Amino acid sequence: MNDRDGRHTKFPHGLAHLGLDEVEREIAPDEPPPWGPNAELTQIGKSVPRWDAAAKVTGKARYTVDVELEGMLHAAVLRSPWPHAEVLDLDLGAAATAPGVRAVLALLDRPADKEAAELRYVGQPIAAVAADSLALAEEALRLIRVEYVPQAFVVDLEEAMGTHAPAVYASLAHEEIPSAGLPGRASGIPLRGNVRGADTQGSRGNIREGFAAAEVIVDRTYRTQVQTHSCMEPHAIVASWHEDGLEVWMSTQFTAGVRAQLAHEFQLPLARVSVRAQAVGGAFGSKSQLRLYGRAAVTLSRMTGKPVRLVHRRDEEQMDTGNRPSSKQNLRIGARRDGSLTAISLHAYGSAGIAFGAWAGNIASAMYSCPNVESLQYDVFTHASPGCPMRGPGNTQGAFALEQAVDELAENLAMDPLILRDRIDPSVVRREERRLGAARFGWSRRHLPGADAYPVKRGMGMAQSLWPANVQLNAACELQLWRDGRVEILSSVQDIGTGVGTVLRQVVAEELGLEPQQIQLRIGDTEFPSGPPSYGSRTTASITPPARSAAWQIKQALFRSLADRWQVEPEALAAHNGWIYLAQDHERRISWPDAAATLRTDRISAFASRSDDYAGFRSRSGDAAIALNDLGGVQFAEVEVDTETGVIRVVRVLAVHDCGRPLNPLQIESQIQGGILMGISYALLEERILDRHTGWMLNPNFVDYKLLGAADTPQLEVILLENYQGLSATDAYGVAEPANIATAAAVANAVYNAIGMRMETLPMTPAKVLDVLAQSSRRRP
Amino acid sequence: MEPFAWRPARTVAEVAEATHTAAAAMLTLQPRPSEGEAVVVKAGGVDLLDLMKEGLLLPRTLLDISLLEELKGISALEDGTLRIGALTTLGEIAASPLIRRRYAALAEAAGSAASPQIRNRATLGGNLLQRPRCWYLRSSAHHCLRKGGGHCFAFSGDHRYHAVLANHGCAIVHPSSLATPLLAFRAELEILSSGGRSHRLPLEDFFVLPEADLHRENILKSGELLAAVHLPPQASSRHSSYLEVSERAAFDWPLAAAAVNLQMDTEGRCQYARVALGAVAPIPWRAVQTEVLLEGEILDAGRVASAAKAGLQGATPLPHNTYKLPLAVALIRRAVLAAAQLADEEGGAH
Repeated sequence: MNDRDGRHTKFPHGLAHLGLDEVEREIAPDEPPPWGPNAELTQIGKSVPRWDAAAKVTGKARYTVDVELEGMLHAAVLRSPWPHAEVLDLDLGAAATAPGVRAVLALLDRPADKEAAELRYVGQPIAAVAADSLALAEEALRLIRVEYVPQAFVVDLEEAMGTHAPAVYASLAHEEIPSAGLPGRASGIPLRGNVRGADTQGSRGNIREGFAAAEVIVDRTYRTQVQTHSCMEPHAIVASWHEDGLEVWMSTQFTAGVRAQLAHEFQLPLARVSVRAQAVGGAFGSKSQLRLYGRAAVTLSRMTGKPVRLVHRRDEEQMDTGNRPSSKQNLRIGARRDGSLTAISLHAYGSAGIAFGAWAGNIASAMYSCPNVESLQYDVFTHASPGCPMRGPGNTQGAFALEQAVDELAENLAMDPLILRDRIDPSVVRREERRLGAARFGWSRRHLPGADAYPVKRGMGMAQSLWPANVQLNAACELQLWRDGRVEILSSVQDIGTGVGTVLRQVVAEELGLEPQQIQLRIGDTEFPSGPPSYGSRTTASITPPARSAAWQIKQALFRSLADRWQVEPEALAAHNGWIYLAQDHERRISWPDAAATLRTDRISAFASRSDDYAGFRSRSGDAAIALNDLGGVQFAEVEVDTETGVIRVVRVLAVHDCGRPLNPLQIESQIQGGILMGISYALLEERILDRHTGWMLNPNFVDYKLLGAADTPQLEVILLENYQGLSATDAYGVAEPANIATAAAVANAVYNAIGMRMETLPMTPAKVLDVLAQSSRRRP
Repeated sequence: MEPFAWRPARTVAEVAEATHTAAAAMLTLQPRPSEGEAVVVKAGGVDLLDLMKEGLLLPRTLLDISLLEELKGISALEDGTLRIGALTTLGEIAASPLIRRRYAALAEAAGSAASPQIRNRATLGGNLLQRPRCWYLRSSAHHCLRKGGGHCFAFSGDHRYHAVLANHGCAIVHPSSLATPLLAFRAELEILSSGGRSHRLPLEDFFVLPEADLHRENILKSGELLAAVHLPPQASSRHSSYLEVSERAAFDWPLAAAAVNLQMDTEGRCQYARVALGAVAPIPWRAVQTEVLLEGEILDAGRVASAAKAGLQGATPLPHNTYKLPLAVALIRRAVLAAAQLADEEGGAH
């Protein structure tokens, strides 16, 4: 029953490799009919190389840092040398009259009820200068006179929790405080000293009864470090304010969102603001907002009437463009002998510096079945730069604790970690991912903890991801068909390296019976319909269904045009392989360009926006919604630990993931590989180091801030499930964040299996490994 | 970065006549040095550019010596000495068949330093003369002792990568990874003074401990030029090895390094031992006690392990770098076993 006007339609459903069934959904008349599984499709589910790969490797791709406009000025920012200071006076006079300087701008506000403005971290912007060259702008910064009164400060999370620690905020009532993610600025959560909390979402049942019923309890404190986004292209903006409005080029993961912010903050009509992001060199959550630097560039452009370019230096980038908050998580889990969980208690303290939202995610309360959960999450304010969301915010920190605790519980219960998870994890998808992964990885060869011969020991471990399937409802595109056959897809959605441009071409090509390279992409520009942000693993899920709907509408229009000529019903036509033909008589056919030539006008257009998931959403809030099914993912890691040098080498990682209907396996595998490498880097190397006595970041460069390199890269393998749910026109969801969440925990569990000791603190450096091993040998009789 | 002039030198004599300031002497010249003081010799420019970008070094003129052929290349002298010009790149040293055969530890150290791109630019001279990587030294916001300030930030701050030996007053580690094997080979330095005179100096006497002078890492004077490194003849019965450990597998500074040069007789007795450590002290460090416990002895795993342990005698680790002791001991032990061509049968003391 596939009724064109009908409301009830059957969709493929289930995990493809286990055999599919069908699910009936009620869909609106303007929704396209269901696609069959990938095996029946021509472009979808095929590995298509990314559309911009050649441009990127040949240097043709144009990033924001490459934008040059006539008469463009260069901005530089004066930043706080003090982690905490009052600013009694800020004198911009000498800088304003320096050679080549066109405008100076104070970036500090003095609160109405205070004598002085307050600086709260090293690197906090104080003032900006726009000049004819960057050298002149930087020269002028030295002429700015600031009268500081340094104050007591604290940059360490645990020190900041002390009762006598210097307070970052006296109260939260009047301050403009940035947010690093959830739980955000919920009202009514008290602030004591620097500790704000607890946020209790996720709590349920009776925790005391839960632990009373437990036969086995594990209890440990885990600590995770601050990680910086380390985007290869620094945060950058070129702003051009002119009579007609405002044009902005920005390295951003949300062009439409930045436009909305600009329109709001500068009191401009949405239609008079344009934001463009062509190539974007990394974002990972740190480039979704306009932020102070963006406002500064726009303001300087408005002041001077000239375009203004503001690009962060590497040290500015590392110090003040966001970071993944640190955490200290006390996690207790109680279980019965059969493995069933009776209680989970998480007391999580995180610091996003001066920002809110340093939580350890919902993974501890949401991944496993447990009737009694106590989730108490606290923000600890420190005199450090504000954190912001970063790839799997919260859950990446949380997984490091939870997944080690579950492994420890399994050991105490004398159960295999996979069997325990089979018992307590309600997800049928992850169960299948564990089964496939264990077989492929050779899990049965895993030995007892520490069993290998000295000194280089091998170990295997695994861990799981949990992430909501996010959808942006304010997500739209337009499809244009020209009389010469050209097809263009237009949306402000930006391709920040995730490959959404490639899957958009595939989706449209599939619907129109063309090849992906025949579809012209016009994206990353708010002149086109507003696309979704590239964060929260939601881009593909949000923009591919409307792209398919618009393509389907265009196809219907073309069929109607042809049907008139051929005197058939439009329903009798089909498009495939560059031809349009009569479904009953394949000899009766016309090429795509010839068909387009029958159009009445030079160009026709279709517009579509993201409709609701066919089975509804779990929740929605504003422009965003959360789909019914979570995103899973299970990762297996094998490590070698040199017990004399403390060096951990990750030998191989196997990742088994799901993202609904996979549109482009090549790109998905590549994105998962990126998530794993970022996760290993987090596990072993990366750490923002602040000096306790000066508040300065000691490693704001890529020599001392250590990112995983090619020589550290293990063998990577990805198994991708086809998980059909019949929820949208493409049934596709994201994978960026699940790919990162489990990795550090999987590596930590593998290290435990290798050496028989738990690594409770990230990153797992040689120093920490040697320290843990020394403790273990001291404990031996 | 400040504006500067670029002056290519065409002859060694021209450099010898020029007034220039040793990089070792530059950091304490505050404020910006005068014209006369502010000529700095530039070879590969790797560390120099870093220092200039960080605002630590403010030369007015770079005297570029990178075109001087006399300072390049590897040549065997008549007496069996190997002369390596100061402008020889790390990449050339790592690839040299002569060095790989006779001075394997040096080739290893050169080949594992930095990244391939840097090894193709970085020179032997620059590697020996580069400034320390202490992040307080490298931060213009921290006016530390070595830069003429009144305070060492590392002792009370984050010193995870700092020295565990001879670290009184200042806990930098010497950054040259080539100096470690050069010390094990008893290398000598050929230094040109103004007026074109040259003299030779044991590498061991070249470096300066903080207790002797807080502001410099070596005794090269302004106006002097490091021209070459001489390696004494190495009998074919001698074997060397170099091992280092870093957090990243490539493009990272070692946490510790060990270079060993051994001569064994046919009965397995050690006739000669020279053991040097890197990244544990403000200068390339000789593990003299290890040498004493090896020389004249039949080497087995147990003896090597106890000799290795003795190499860190007198260490004064700081609270956050005690891990360097077992790490360095393990590296010495492994490097000795490798140079003695003994199997690592039983691991360490466990």
